[in-house]
Amino acid sequence: MSTHTSSQDGQRPLAVQLSGIGKRFPGVIANHDVALTVREGTIHAIVGENGAGKSTLMKTLYGMQQPDTGTITVNGEMQHFRSPSDAIAAGIGMVHQHFMLADNLTVLENIILGSEPNRRGVLDLKSAREQITSIMASVGADLDLDIPVSELGVGERQRVEIVKVLFRGARILILDEPTAVLVPEEVDELFATLHRLVEDGATVIFISHKLDEVLKVSDDITVMRQGTTVAETRPDAIDRSGLAELMVGSELPSPAGRSTPVGTAIRLDIAKLTVEGKEGRPAVEDVSLRIHSGEILGIAGVEGNGQFELCTALLGITESTGNVTVDGRDVTDESTRARYEAGLAYIPFDRHREGLMLTAPLWENALLGREDDVDFQRGPFVNAATARQSTTEIIQRFGVLTPSETTPAFALSGGNQQKLVVGRALVTSPSVLIAAHPTRGIDVGAQAAVWDEIRSARDNGMAVLLVSADLEELLGLSDTIAVMFDGRITATLNPDDITAAELGSYMTGAVQEATK
Amino acid sequence: MTTDAAPTGGPLAKILTPSRASGLRTSATTLASSLLAVLIALTISAALLALTGKNPIDAYSTIIQTGASANKLLEMMRRATPLIFSAVAVAVGFKMNIFNIGVQGQYLFAALIAAEAGSHLGLPLPIHIAVIMIVAVVAGAAWASIAAYLKVSKNVHEVISTIMLNYVALSVIQWLFENFFRDDRDGGLNVKTTLLPDSARMPDIVDGRLNGMFIVALIVVAIFWLVVYKSTFGFKLRASGFNATAASTAGISARKMTVIALLISGGVSGFVALQSVMGEAFAYGPNATPTEFGFAGIAVALLGRNHPIGIVVSALLFGFLDSTSAELQLALVPNSIVKVIQAIIVLTVVIVNEATIRRMNIRTAERARAELAAGGAS
Repeated sequence: MSTHTSSQDGQRPLAVQLSGIGKRFPGVIANHDVALTVREGTIHAIVGENGAGKSTLMKTLYGMQQPDTGTITVNGEMQHFRSPSDAIAAGIGMVHQHFMLADNLTVLENIILGSEPNRRGVLDLKSAREQITSIMASVGADLDLDIPVSELGVGERQRVEIVKVLFRGARILILDEPTAVLVPEEVDELFATLHRLVEDGATVIFISHKLDEVLKVSDDITVMRQGTTVAETRPDAIDRSGLAELMVGSELPSPAGRSTPVGTAIRLDIAKLTVEGKEGRPAVEDVSLRIHSGEILGIAGVEGNGQFELCTALLGITESTGNVTVDGRDVTDESTRARYEAGLAYIPFDRHREGLMLTAPLWENALLGREDDVDFQRGPFVNAATARQSTTEIIQRFGVLTPSETTPAFALSGGNQQKLVVGRALVTSPSVLIAAHPTRGIDVGAQAAVWDEIRSARDNGMAVLLVSADLEELLGLSDTIAVMFDGRITATLNPDDITAAELGSYMTGAVQEATK
Repeated sequence: MTTDAAPTGGPLAKILTPSRASGLRTSATTLASSLLAVLIALTISAALLALTGKNPIDAYSTIIQTGASANKLLEMMRRATPLIFSAVAVAVGFKMNIFNIGVQGQYLFAALIAAEAGSHLGLPLPIHIAVIMIVAVVAGAAWASIAAYLKVSKNVHEVISTIMLNYVALSVIQWLFENFFRDDRDGGLNVKTTLLPDSARMPDIVDGRLNGMFIVALIVVAIFWLVVYKSTFGFKLRASGFNATAASTAGISARKMTVIALLISGGVSGFVALQSVMGEAFAYGPNATPTEFGFAGIAVALLGRNHPIGIVVSALLFGFLDSTSAELQLALVPNSIVKVIQAIIVLTVVIVNEATIRRMNIRTAERARAELAAGGAS
């Protein structure tokens, strides 16, 4: 049974039409009354906060889950996808946020993996190579097919994923937060690729919460909020703040500038810090930084350029040479615990790996790292009453949405887990905060709340070492920005005289300049 | 959040706070899943019995009838005693994801040293017994310290080192026993260490049926519960088990916790054979001291989910099954079937538990979201 839908505006036929889509999970409504109309040959952005239902919707369109209500129409044909292979057969392809590539296979092997061309049961690499070369030419990608994927950078890996999806015959591409891992230059390249794709007649559905990019690249925009589609618009009909308000449903708190000057006391003094890396190259090389009271020093850099090793070395988790002084106390030879006691606090890169005990209740998570504090002890025993009390305070002050402090951490959304981790770090009133991606993966409202907390602690004299991949966050919060490339600090910049694009070229090593 | 059901004030309200209620719910689910697993295991075992030509109903009624007597219940407790110690030793490690497979070597080494040391001492009764226990704990911990050293300084996985150290322990014990500790006053016919004096003998609770080590086992379980679940140290131990990276990021030294966990585990192992050494054989002897409790302890700990009460219950279940094996043999059911039943129980419990935990986690997450949604609406 198929119904043919004629194009609505008479210009372009519809590639995808979703109407009345609803999806419930026991106890939660993930999607309801979702309507989405995507014109063929356009870049269609879907924006919304985390938890607005974007991913659920895309999983429905890609056949990873079945909607409870509503219809999916692709190229005029009503579809019932039971699995992604049904969606692929209908010409839909998905580029995931986390790449699904096998590192030790070559680019060619990765592209054909899962849809290997064969002639009489024998792998036909020659025709595959021809096909892939022509696909690459059409999207303007230039990849060496014979090197292992492990040698590729993030942007190139993403292009491999895109070519792979096209090789499978997709004409409708779903890209889930494709720019989250890219530096500005790579973002521009990606957008060029997307434009060539749509010129070729393909359709791109682009999921993002970066509004500037959405406004720059898309033809149509659909806004989602609380599980449903709330608005459809076009970039020429709306501005950034208007879009943000549609996403959040109310006016955004505007970031306040500094009201207090940077202090003179040196809170964190890093001298000639070096961390040995793999293959004989240092992961961190001869890094010297000073952060004063009330100062936020931002570390800009493409991930994997030594930021993680720098932070863990400061905490004494990773071995290093050089000196670290916290609040005048030389902690170079001290244990991790002693460094926390000296005044350090840490918001980790990866809250699941480094920060949380997912199956433990929130109050035990909030206690982690503070269990030696006499406030939370009763003789040799844990004082559960004060620990729970303190957790309740964190929950209230940082707006962690949870039924209670005994709820296990895994039951919380990522944003609320992050708020707990941030609260745990700030509630000790540290003199130095090492904040790695403090707002990664959390929604706009929570992001503003975390920024406010960091700012107010800074105003009270806390020094912050801020590592972030979000250039807006770096430029907005930092008093000074140090660019880290290949384990070294390659530039120290004033955020007031630099744009995101300029910062990006420092980060990729294209510009290496002394202090500006 | 606690708007319904629980009125404020009063002791009952305190017990009925949501956390306790969900705790109770968790315990109830845990218990139900374990019971379900035992039922499944008994069904599989019945099929097995039927396959070997035995009537499973007859076999099970034999088990129940013989097991129901007071003597059999004492026998059950007696047999459960070493299993409790062994399971606690294993569970201490499990709590921080350390797999001490070397309980056997640790407790046999401890038994030999404690029996030998005890026979040379002349002390009044309770002190003599206490000293032997301390020697056993230290000896067990000392043997486990080899694995701890290898893990921390040479990065040797404890599963490998503790298994291999079992064999080393058996050889070292034999060498020590044959060359130094064997009591050869009887012209080489004796195959034990020197008998312990009366002051070193554990008094019986019920004459000839159950000695005081059962009480000691319950005390050790209680201490295990206090230390692991209630103390600051236990929090660090469990944190390392929950997420080792997060724990070390929070400044809990993984090396230190590994060493302490293995030492405690080895120390508790020291108790395993004391029921025999101080209460039955009054000496160490290669034929007198049981050797099978190391691996059985792993099974009991798994069955009891490393939880103090679970460990006691599953040790009693194992003891019960063991205690009925003689009657089953009289009913022509081979002893090995009892072992097979035990093994099937452990396997099904592990599988059923895994499934239950997964479902419970999903339900907990859903409930949290639902509670939030309800809270947001009001």
